[in-house]
Amino acid sequence: MSLMLNDFLPAAPEIFLLAMVSLILVIDVYLPERYRLVTYQLSQATLVATTVLVVLLYPVEPVLTFSDSFVLDRMGSVLKVFVLLMSYFAFFYSKEYLRARNLFKGEFYLLGLFAVLGMMVLISGHSFLTLYLGLELLSLSLYAMVALHRDSTAASEAAMKYFILASLASGILLYGISLLYGATGTLDLAELRSAIGAEGEGRNVVLMLGLVFVVVGIAFKLGAVPFHMWVPDLYQGAPTPVTLFIGTAPKLAGFAMLMRFLVDGMGGLRGDWSDMLVILAILSLAVGNIVAIAQTNLKRMLGYSTIAHMGYMFLGMIAGTTAGYAASMFYIIVYALMAMGGFGMIILLSRAGFESDRLDDFRGLNERSPWYAFLMLVLMMSMGGLPPFLGFWAKWSVLRELVAVDMVWLAVVSVVFSLIGLFYYIRIVRLMYFEKPADHSTVAAPADMRVMISTNGLAILALGLYPGALMAVCISAFAV
Amino acid sequence: MVEQLVFYALSGILVFAGSMVVTVRNPIHAALFLVLAFFTTAGIWLLLDAEFLAMTLVLVYVGAVMVLFLFIIMMLDINLVVLREGFSRYLPVGILIAVLLGLEIVMVLGPSQFGLDIVPAPAHHGPAYSNIEELGGVLYTVYVYPFEIAAVILLVAIVAAIALSLSGRVKKRRGQRPEEQVVVNPRERVRLVKMAAERPDSETP
Repeated sequence: MSLMLNDFLPAAPEIFLLAMVSLILVIDVYLPERYRLVTYQLSQATLVATTVLVVLLYPVEPVLTFSDSFVLDRMGSVLKVFVLLMSYFAFFYSKEYLRARNLFKGEFYLLGLFAVLGMMVLISGHSFLTLYLGLELLSLSLYAMVALHRDSTAASEAAMKYFILASLASGILLYGISLLYGATGTLDLAELRSAIGAEGEGRNVVLMLGLVFVVVGIAFKLGAVPFHMWVPDLYQGAPTPVTLFIGTAPKLAGFAMLMRFLVDGMGGLRGDWSDMLVILAILSLAVGNIVAIAQTNLKRMLGYSTIAHMGYMFLGMIAGTTAGYAASMFYIIVYALMAMGGFGMIILLSRAGFESDRLDDFRGLNERSPWYAFLMLVLMMSMGGLPPFLGFWAKWSVLRELVAVDMVWLAVVSVVFSLIGLFYYIRIVRLMYFEKPADHSTVAAPADMRVMISTNGLAILALGLYPGALMAVCISAFAV
Repeated sequence: MVEQLVFYALSGILVFAGSMVVTVRNPIHAALFLVLAFFTTAGIWLLLDAEFLAMTLVLVYVGAVMVLFLFIIMMLDINLVVLREGFSRYLPVGILIAVLLGLEIVMVLGPSQFGLDIVPAPAHHGPAYSNIEELGGVLYTVYVYPFEIAAVILLVAIVAAIALSLSGRVKKRRGQRPEEQVVVNPRERVRLVKMAAERPDSETP
């Protein structure tokens, strides 16, 4: 067999991104320290150009290439656009933070771009081999990004914990894949699907054990309870821009991984894996929402909030309909937008030597800066899921799909937990508006950072008032 | 028959070596047991007619990777007492999980699922069969995409290793410069600045 130009075309964004990363890598080595900004600008330009390529190649029908190990479909393209957009914002927010702390190095952006490439490979993976390699490319880059701040013991400890637990998760996932391969003799998702059969005719005990290992591996990576131990420590210990990056774009890739493995590959075993997801979802909702109340560190609190939000994301998958998957995708995109705003606010309010990551640092923010207090209010209310903010529509759409398949009890349980969770989001609002500030310094952030964070907050507000457009995009990604 | 005996002998050694890697006290011994595990694995691969992979495993892992491992273990002054801390505390949980996993695997991977009637034994190839040719035929065609990603992962490993080990150590400063020290102006050495309050890095999680 030989490869033609047409075989490469569907992967053009990935190929372009890789070529640009390699180019930036070489340029960065020869750049004098004072021109380090060029690396940043080139990275951002690369992300923009890659986004354009992804949009230009938006497919009508799924296209398979590279011996069926790569798939270009609508879900993948939508997710890739959001991954690139979030990475753009994440890089933007990180610039001033890293500069003020003498961490502004080319490697941060290079590893970030490699991570983006890993996410794109993962999103487009159509065989176990490419899915796994994409995941490893993403994870390896993230481990190094967490550890980049060498002087911080917290960051090193977080990196170590993340590295060991995520490697364990990779091992578990690989073992599951090997069992699936043993049962069906294929690495290809479409062949696996036909070997299992539409209603699980080929179901046997080897497939089941493989499925359990795969679900556990994915749950580890997504940080669902009871495999969540690394999440709070990582979120708190990592430098805030890295936390922001890990908390946003990779979640979309994680959703894609879930879709590829469970729906595209093992759709026939839906009855089995949705039961497993029910357990993961309920535990995640409980632990995420209840333990978050006891936190005094905002980054750690948002870590627990991530765990809870992963639980909500599972709800749409449990519904098991196309509309349910679309609702899950809507949820994860909305969550990533909100998390970006939340961590962006921590970066905005911090300065060299002062992290602004404790809840007390938000005390009386309204007196220091009414505008940012308002943006934070929007973010927290949205995360808590109060109408008419965006987070409400996300929760509403997954719950609606759950009720549509007669799983009312699970919907009720999740509503109860989100009411509990509302408490700690509202506590921040109370601190900002009804308490006296301990620190009277004004918010000193560069103008471009102010503009971006305001855009972020206003986008959440606007999408909350008109959620239809984003929802329509998610539904069209799954429309046949 | 002989083949089966060889297989069971190699597998027995492999399982023994694997369990020794995680239980022996001395890290050097652990690394050497890992070498033994690699050798026996190579033997099992030879039984499957995968000569090229078997040779590569010995050359790359035993010859290069494990030797580096041994160097690193010898160079780092590892405190064995700290390393073994909590071993007996975690042992019951570890044994429980290992036994459960072992039981599951025995139940699942038994002859009922992987018997010779379900998965036939691989046919042996004649002496004219070339492993390398078969691998080369698919590596750059069917598997070109995963192959390239694997290459990118290695590149990330290089970038990450350099970024993590070289940070802040590139300054070249050799000896004193007396002429600069003599002409120094006190105003250049002490500068009073007004700055916002700081707080030490948040406590370790």
